Amino acid sequence: MRVIGRPVVRLDALDKVTGAAKYVGDMKFPGVLHAAILRSNCSHGRIKHIDTKDALELPGVHAVVTGEKYQKPTGLYLKDRTLFAVDKVRYYGEPVAGVVAETPELAKEAVRLIRVEYEQLPPVYDPLSALADGAPLLHENLGNYEWAPVFFPKPGTNISNHFKLRKGDVKQGFAESHIIHEETYCVPHIYHSPLETHVAVGYADNGGRLTVWSSCQSPFAVRKFLSTALDIPLSKIRVITGYVGGGFGGKAGATIEGLVAPLALAVPGRHVKLVYTREEDFVGAYVRQGLVARLKTGVGKDGRIRAQQCELYWDAGAYTEYGANIVRAAGYTSAGPYDIPNLWTDSYCVYTNHPSGGPMRGFGMPELHWALELQMDTLADKLGMDPVEFRLLNCLKDGGVTATGEVVYGVGLTECIKTVAERIGWGDKKEGVGKGIAIMCKAPAMPTNASSSACLKFNEDGSVTLMTSAAEIGQGAMTALAQIAAEELSLPIEAISVSCPDTAITPYEWQTVASRITFSAGNAVVLAAQDAKRQIFQNASYILGDHEMELVDGQVRVKGRPDLSVPLESVVMGAFLPDGSAKGGPVFGRGTFTPEGLINLDPETGQSPRPVAFWTFGAQGAEVSADPETGKITVHRLVAAFDVGRVINPVTLEGQVEGGLVQGLGSALFEEMVFGEDGQVLNNSFVDYKIPTSMDVPAIETYFVEVAQQDGPWGARGVGELPMVPTAPAIACALKRATGTLHRKLPLVRHGRD
Amino acid sequence: MKRAIILVVNGTEHSVEVQPSDLLVDVLRDRLRLTGTKKGCGTGECGACTVLLDGKPVNSCLLLAIRCEGRQITTIEGLGTPDSLHVLQKAFIDNGAVQCGFCAPGMLLSAKALLDENPAPSEMDIRQALAGNICRCTGYVKIVKAVSSAARTMSGAEGGGR
Repeated sequence: MRVIGRPVVRLDALDKVTGAAKYVGDMKFPGVLHAAILRSNCSHGRIKHIDTKDALELPGVHAVVTGEKYQKPTGLYLKDRTLFAVDKVRYYGEPVAGVVAETPELAKEAVRLIRVEYEQLPPVYDPLSALADGAPLLHENLGNYEWAPVFFPKPGTNISNHFKLRKGDVKQGFAESHIIHEETYCVPHIYHSPLETHVAVGYADNGGRLTVWSSCQSPFAVRKFLSTALDIPLSKIRVITGYVGGGFGGKAGATIEGLVAPLALAVPGRHVKLVYTREEDFVGAYVRQGLVARLKTGVGKDGRIRAQQCELYWDAGAYTEYGANIVRAAGYTSAGPYDIPNLWTDSYCVYTNHPSGGPMRGFGMPELHWALELQMDTLADKLGMDPVEFRLLNCLKDGGVTATGEVVYGVGLTECIKTVAERIGWGDKKEGVGKGIAIMCKAPAMPTNASSSACLKFNEDGSVTLMTSAAEIGQGAMTALAQIAAEELSLPIEAISVSCPDTAITPYEWQTVASRITFSAGNAVVLAAQDAKRQIFQNASYILGDHEMELVDGQVRVKGRPDLSVPLESVVMGAFLPDGSAKGGPVFGRGTFTPEGLINLDPETGQSPRPVAFWTFGAQGAEVSADPETGKITVHRLVAAFDVGRVINPVTLEGQVEGGLVQGLGSALFEEMVFGEDGQVLNNSFVDYKIPTSMDVPAIETYFVEVAQQDGPWGARGVGELPMVPTAPAIACALKRATGTLHRKLPLVRHGRD
Repeated sequence: MKRAIILVVNGTEHSVEVQPSDLLVDVLRDRLRLTGTKKGCGTGECGACTVLLDGKPVNSCLLLAIRCEGRQITTIEGLGTPDSLHVLQKAFIDNGAVQCGFCAPGMLLSAKALLDENPAPSEMDIRQALAGNICRCTGYVKIVKAVSSAARTMSGAEGGGR
């Protein structure tokens, strides 16, 4: 291996430590105008009147836009959203109008001059109340919306998706059970907290073409979203991304772009910039949905899980265009990493007057595994069985069957569990310290045709420009993809440069989400490299003759004849023959990857032999103590092991997993969005919404198992979201062993004292 | 009511006209085009805008530019250059301490202020010195390691670092 598996220095590291790296907020645009957004100050209300006259008359104001002009609903999976509120507002902080002005201050002043009259409607703030008879209805027109056929909204209710899974015979399974445990678990809303808030710049020319520069994870999804809402063909919309200052799912789909685009269209010929304040960022994009999970699980005397029934009620907020799929993902993963023969699951996406739920690192899995893993730990206790043994007995292994009936192979979960147990010193007692373990699985939740593509453009000197539309959000995509290209082409990493996404130039990528880029875009890069090599060998054959060839260290060689070779750079622009004639042409490799053979889940039973591209498994252990006087919880150690298939870059992988563990730690201990009675977020700053600092981090150890993913690039599968998934339950299970009490509500710092 | 002031940034004098209400972070980013300094919250909570003022780390989003007249301001652009990286910058690269990179400029400057004052910090010293700089990507593990390794390099090199 030349570069795969090596600690290659990140391609973006030098620019980032010298301050040269350009994020969208750093880009300069001539004569840029500034935008500000008026957000609703009620969580559920009918808009009776919007008066924009004073705002428009303020000198320096160029335009004011409201929902009146853009009424067409849009969204990723379920078109239930408009760009600005139309007729109704459904959460506190919903965009009602936007202003374009000469300066940010003027724009804000103009926003204050807009008057909106609401007829207050009764709000509903939790999913169970929203399902009750007579609950206020958020979307009266739900039945008229468009949705992808794998979703099941219930018009006339607040359910925007009801996912059903029916496997085996749960009645029989419970009848065979020795112990049955029923419990409810709760997860609050949390906020992604990227260091860079959302920022976007829009520009419309007079020919109806729109360009948006956005700090986003999904430029192509943004383009499609805007195209629907604005009625502009895709070919006339261009979305460009720079370095992204952290995403974690909050910059997936389309959010801020839907505000800046109509504002730019109102002032053609001028750039319009919108930067979310931190306060605005808490509600201006997506938040992680809340969850109430009711689980009933039965185990036999032998400790094997016989049956499980799950009711998942998601507090999905005001708009669920993206969140509807989280509910589905959690539904089809509702057995978690366990082999459960009889399973019955109802997962409900419920509208509430909270900010829009949407993707956040883990996509429903941290919330689901919070419930599952506490449930399993309790069952192990009730059985008098060691929790590690219980998990080893019941977890998925080669030939095991998932919730959807898929038979899985290449599962390294047992090794992950054993590694964590050994490293955390499972069984070694320490006074006052509890140890806990939690395991997990996750698959990318995406449409069955979610594709990636890559181009490799060769330069005259034999170096290569790799073009993909994978966003560099900090995860190291650029570097990992360059490593894959370098390995395939037998080139040094320095020979590869990687571009940032630009939908007018770089090839299609569905989204940079779901821990899928290394796998999916990585596969596209492998295929592009193979395509490039075919062209290189073709060009070389004009000089060397028709032979089987290989590319080694910048030389194109006839296989087995090292003496018959030409330097790579001499054939990347085509072959030039001694008589001066030219043959072939510049090498331009292309590769596209779509995971083939994915089959939709049965709408009634949620069963499919292959619903997802791959599964990743892992385990975590925690060592925790609590002060009996003050209740202060201390996490001493976190140990993690994941089966990543193949390590592409050990340093970036380790860093990403460490970061995920600490995000998981924050969500376990103290992260929670607190809402007032009016639905307003009360803790929308880093003073009041605590995320971990350098002082909060325990000792962390990470381990990687490598059971190759057969169709992954060099055997790799995705891991980005995973470390956040089992952290909270591992900590809660450890806390239980330290204190004797299992807390079922997050975050622990608040509810740990209940 | 604009006033012309001289700002000394990374050793260079800049004459700028500022309003009394202009914040240092905005003047650095928008007027002097030094966009390495980031703005993450605007209220002194995240540390992304950290610069050094007479060698001490400050949140440039809480500081009026007009108050900085005649004082030495160091931004990330003044810490080192690609050809002549500061030991800390090199350590951040070598230890994989950078992910999205948005916190890196502020983090590096807080670390520099620490090492200037305490060339041999303990791990706890480092964690305390960086507690005002939030990072959401790395979990701080590699950042702390990088600062610690830079401190060792600098003391070993007897002032070989800048």
